[in-house]
Amino acid sequence: MTSLTPFTTVTGHAAAMPEENIDTDIIFPARFLLLTARDGLGRHAFHDRRYHPDGTEVAGYVLNAEPFRAPAVIVAGANFGSGSSREQAVWALQGLGVRAVIAPALGEIFHNNCLRNGIVPIILPPATVAAMLEAAAAGAPFTVDLEGQTVTAGKADPVPFAIAPERRLALLNGWDETDLVLARFEGAIAAFEAGQRRIQPWLYPEDTTA
Amino acid sequence: MKPRTLYEKLWDSHVVADLGGADAAGGEALLYIDRHIVHEVSSPQSFVALRARGRRLRRPETHLAVADHAIPTRQRGTIDDPLAASQIAELEANVREFAVPYAALDGPEQGIVHVIGPETGFTLPGTTIVCGDSHTTTHGAFGALAFGIGASEQSTVMAAQALRQTRARTMKVELVGTRHPLVFAKDIALALIARIGANGAVGHAVEYAGPAVSAMAMAERMTLCNMTIEAGSRIGLVAPDETTYAFIRGRRLAPQGELFARACAYWDTLRSDPGAAYDRHVTIDLAEIEPQVSWGTSPNQTLPVSARVPDPAQITEPSQRREAEKALAYMGLTPGAPLLGTPVSHVFIGSCTNGRIEDLRAAAAIALGRKVAPGVRAIVVPGSMATRAAAEREGLDRILIEAGFEWRFSGCSMCVAMNDDRLSPQDRCASTSNRNFEGRQGAGGRTHLMSPAMAAAAAIAGHIADAREYVA
Ligand code: SF4
Repeated sequence: MTSLTPFTTVTGHAAAMPEENIDTDIIFPARFLLLTARDGLGRHAFHDRRYHPDGTEVAGYVLNAEPFRAPAVIVAGANFGSGSSREQAVWALQGLGVRAVIAPALGEIFHNNCLRNGIVPIILPPATVAAMLEAAAAGAPFTVDLEGQTVTAGKADPVPFAIAPERRLALLNGWDETDLVLARFEGAIAAFEAGQRRIQPWLYPEDTTA
Repeated sequence: MKPRTLYEKLWDSHVVADLGGADAAGGEALLYIDRHIVHEVSSPQSFVALRARGRRLRRPETHLAVADHAIPTRQRGTIDDPLAASQIAELEANVREFAVPYAALDGPEQGIVHVIGPETGFTLPGTTIVCGDSHTTTHGAFGALAFGIGASEQSTVMAAQALRQTRARTMKVELVGTRHPLVFAKDIALALIARIGANGAVGHAVEYAGPAVSAMAMAERMTLCNMTIEAGSRIGLVAPDETTYAFIRGRRLAPQGELFARACAYWDTLRSDPGAAYDRHVTIDLAEIEPQVSWGTSPNQTLPVSARVPDPAQITEPSQRREAEKALAYMGLTPGAPLLGTPVSHVFIGSCTNGRIEDLRAAAAIALGRKVAPGVRAIVVPGSMATRAAAEREGLDRILIEAGFEWRFSGCSMCVAMNDDRLSPQDRCASTSNRNFEGRQGAGGRTHLMSPAMAAAAAIAGHIADAREYVA
């Protein structure tokens, strides 16, 4: 049932984005949503922050300088990934090589989308994130250890983070969620439907139209 | 049994399997999904995933597809943008291959996902409803557990009719007091978000209650629930009542006859029990709310229309000061200047927030006998073709066209910069949509969120104006 790259430990540079409310329109501008592929979207990530309208790079933007062009981690202000549900935002981060996102709060749909694509969403207290933003900007290497549920910035002590146990297992093993649900719960789903059909038959239009 | 909130009842009645602590906030469950709305932009990859594994839809009749985001609204029939045309062709091929009910682009039921769900009777109380779109919160106005999901989750719903979810905490927003007739649900939603913040409701399911909510028509309840995502919550709710039933009765996909009566009896149970505990409470006195206008690049950056643009120098909290500085630079506004009188180049009346018949009536009431100011491009985009037809029966189109507004076919239009209605850099738009994010209406475009009445007043005045001064 493996379909994603299993996640164990990732080490790399972290791009610091010390700004609140970096929404998914910023991460992946709407006009690129007309593309129906999910690969190759990394070049559009943060497009209007990264590039001038003529296509040249915006000097000084974090993703336009080494060693942050292909960061393993993004550390951001509160509410990163808020707004639109577009999963392209996560696919674009994936395209950049991002494997973990750290912030004091994350958009909730974005949070789920990360979990479905092998990116570890990490929510930490504001003061911890503030320290990590500084470490990231200073070029400290970050290590995300999903097995041990810790993130380490440079020489600082490892910081534990929370993640639902089943989600962690799925990420560690690269399981496909649909496969998992069907394999484990197909019987329970059918039993649920039988019960619901009795109480709310109007939810089963196929019974009358078939 | 412990008293439960509406959210808890909806959650409990859809748990297929407890995946750990499902009976408390933060726990996980596999939830049964009753309804799924599909649009052209977020679904292509979901169908690709199905096809790659040779899967079919478990229950095709529980889905409803429509094209709304990428389509032009100037005309029906031709789509100039080849990428948009191919995205719509892909949707149409997918709905054929997977037997998904489809509201055809040139048909009478086409419209924005969150407008046509309720209009067709697809949206029903007591259901779980998902869509690859964050404003799925809208359907919570019917007492449905409705939330936005990503494309991968959509593919799971299609194949399994179930989805892993985390149980939210609960938040009750009580609306009390009497409002000015020109204060609308949009103003209330913006004022709430300004107060609690763009992530003020993260992790919570918000239930709107109180006498002012009971008195609201479905359109306004939908506006409230629609904007809930802008406070960070995926779920907004209003308990179903007679207003809800009256709206649903007779709609094509609603239960009919004896089944409708049975359904109403079931829906009557979907109210928070007396004494049910919420994790948070917010009370809003409507008497204190003025028409609202956003000044920044996040919906919480909103003020009453009589206010002045904030001065970052006077904001003590450093992160808020930085956010304000950044927003003002993007918006091209001067600290301390009055919001009233800020010139606009564009006006957009429409979207799933404010594209319903009540919204068009409010705009037409301001536009009647007046003219759009020279140099302002003002468009009215009904939320659905059914709404457009209803407006035309009432003659609203003539009032708006005579005033100088463009009268469009339905779609998302200028709410999202992915069709042919877009702002150019530095264009400034009075908009009834829901997001004033950087670039949301076009790269470099500047958005001021407001109600339809306020947007119509801005079109007439040529600048941000107070709708209360435009009524007889
Ligand atoms: S009108 Fe705007 S917010 Fe609503 S579904 Fe369309 S793009 Fe999304």
